[in-house]
Amino acid sequence: MTSGISDEVRELANQEYQFGFVTDIETDAAPRGISEDIIRLISAKKAEPDWLLQWRLRSYRHWLTMPEPTWQHVTYGPIEYQDIIYYAAPKPKPKLASMDEVDPELREMFGKLGISLAEQERLSGVAVDAIVDSVSVATTFKKKLADVGVIFCSFSEAVRTHPDLVRRYLGTVVPYKDNFFATLNSAVFTDGSFCYIPKGVRCPMELSTYFRINAADTGQFERTLIIAEEGASVSYLEGCTAPVRDKNQLHAAVVELIALDNAQIKYSTVQNWYPGDADGKGGVYNFVTKRGKAAGVNSKISWTQVETGSAITWKYPGVVLKGDNSVGEFYSVALTSRRQQADTGSKMVHLGKNTRSTIISKAISAGHGENTYRGLVEMRHSATGARNFTQCDSLLIGKQCGAHTFPYIEVKNPTGQVEHEASTSKIGEEQLLYCRQRGIPEEEAVSMIVNGFCREVFKMLPMEFAVEAQKLLTVSLEGSVG
Amino acid sequence: MLKIENLHASVDGKHILRGLNLQVNAGEVHAVMGPNGAGKSTLANVLIGREGYELTGTIEFQGQDLLAMSPEERAVAGVFLAFQHPVEIPGVGNMYFMRTALNSLRRARGLDELDGMDFLGLAQERMKLVEMDKSFMSRSVNEGFSGGEKKRNEILQMAILEPTLAILDETDSGLDIDALRVVASGVNALRTQDRAMLVITHHQRLLDYIVPDRIHVLTAGQIVRSGGKELAGELEEHGYGDIGAVGAGAVGAGT
Repeated sequence: MTSGISDEVRELANQEYQFGFVTDIETDAAPRGISEDIIRLISAKKAEPDWLLQWRLRSYRHWLTMPEPTWQHVTYGPIEYQDIIYYAAPKPKPKLASMDEVDPELREMFGKLGISLAEQERLSGVAVDAIVDSVSVATTFKKKLADVGVIFCSFSEAVRTHPDLVRRYLGTVVPYKDNFFATLNSAVFTDGSFCYIPKGVRCPMELSTYFRINAADTGQFERTLIIAEEGASVSYLEGCTAPVRDKNQLHAAVVELIALDNAQIKYSTVQNWYPGDADGKGGVYNFVTKRGKAAGVNSKISWTQVETGSAITWKYPGVVLKGDNSVGEFYSVALTSRRQQADTGSKMVHLGKNTRSTIISKAISAGHGENTYRGLVEMRHSATGARNFTQCDSLLIGKQCGAHTFPYIEVKNPTGQVEHEASTSKIGEEQLLYCRQRGIPEEEAVSMIVNGFCREVFKMLPMEFAVEAQKLLTVSLEGSVG
Repeated sequence: MLKIENLHASVDGKHILRGLNLQVNAGEVHAVMGPNGAGKSTLANVLIGREGYELTGTIEFQGQDLLAMSPEERAVAGVFLAFQHPVEIPGVGNMYFMRTALNSLRRARGLDELDGMDFLGLAQERMKLVEMDKSFMSRSVNEGFSGGEKKRNEILQMAILEPTLAILDETDSGLDIDALRVVASGVNALRTQDRAMLVITHHQRLLDYIVPDRIHVLTAGQIVRSGGKELAGELEEHGYGDIGAVGAGAVGAGT
């Protein structure tokens, strides 16, 4: 008689965080701590124009006056901001003539992560910008994108090559005074992706950024800016991993999206930062500000996220619906197991007429995981005929986890319509027994039920990401049964 | 094939099965009848390994100690239950669910898994047995199914998974006469020489359509009477009360 658990599931159950390796690359790092000197150093390393340095310094000075927020439903020890390394970069090699010259160790690292930087893999049809620690190391398919006028490069490069575009849009969606972590990012951000889709262009391939924290004791502060001009459209994917480390690492990113008239931006994230071990030691603090401005009429911004990593996740991707008839969407799966904590949700701010927003949030808690949905739906005076639909579902696996929901709704225009649905369920013993009675082993049954619970969100993800997301959930749920 | 000896089952200190004995041979269809609260569903639950019961006694299934096995191991051994109240699993496609189940069983038995196309062929053939429309397969497991659809879906799973021992728990409850006919004819089509069935029911109505080889009367946790199919008629005439009085365990029936 077999034990009833297949080898595959056993293997899965024994699988630890599989991206926890460290790559031995020579790193050029700044001294620990934050100060005006450090900021000048970062800016100088990147040969930035003076206006950007001044913007960073303004942010830093403002940050010094801000208290660290405490309202979120997560607990963690104090972050020693003077103990963080704010700039770390793989040591630059001589200027590259082609992608083949990327440091072999870096190439190998991305190979392990399942990301090919090789241009020959044209079939995959995804252009990748790879960011290690603080610096963009490679961007693929640049030439092909340039043919249709799409600019896709690292943020630092954009500052050099398209300073006017950067200056025009930087901080217009997330102002430097926005919040504690966004302000910190504005002062010390190191790199990120920049993407510009010109008028009327549908970006011919998925754009993707892959973030990797490699060096120890570094914070990662990337800044992403995506602009879709009138009638343009783009689908953008973001993936994240980090090595296993005992100490917590801070990741405070800012993402700004701007969609002009009739433009569409779809932004998908699969976040798998190191979550810490079973006792809650180590792991990434993922404190991120993501916001889109649906600035033009009929514009549309859509966030899809699958969050399985990080010790603490704290983010509320939102959309400011400024253009009339603009659309904002947020589809989220957040899984917390082990000792992970998540306080996440969305903000939809309706300004324009007949603006519409949808929020679908699926929270899964297992182990000692704590999962909080926090969402804001705001309809201003000007938002005549605005509509929102929000659905928050929580699924609990086991008895020691928790799920919480804090919806905030502010409607200042009497024609606004807001619908909110919420549910909390436990993985039913009935469902599990039903699956097991049919011969499906317990771990597999849990994964099947959870994936079913998330299906509404998964179907919004680009195909290959959806497959990855399902696998991630299965791995992250290991040992959460019983 | 199945041999139950002196089975006792309690839940939360409540003694439900009180020394139940039952033997079912391959190729036979046995009916277990009894009033509400006699322990019929408990028997089904214990057979598939639902947790939460304190058990004594033995259940031997094809030479194996059934009580020592997990629910999925029992499924691999060939035990199947058509649930009285099949549960809904939102977002999980019915077709996907059944293929996963079949392939889990096949994998555990050392057989090759069926690919999507082969499974589709099998499923379409078996769906005819219970007159199910193929639209059922793309819906989520039992979600939004009517009572009759759920029961038919159970029989379809039985047809696809081809168990050695099929237990049908109140499969007739909530069915109108037409649905009952469809379900019964599906079950009858699955009667074979090497398959045994245990039909648990409150009403003898089902036994007009699925004619058993043996009928057992379960009252207050014990089989108090066993006989051929003619016992159904007797029960209809006299009710469970009379028959229960004949047996030894006529204590406190009806909880």
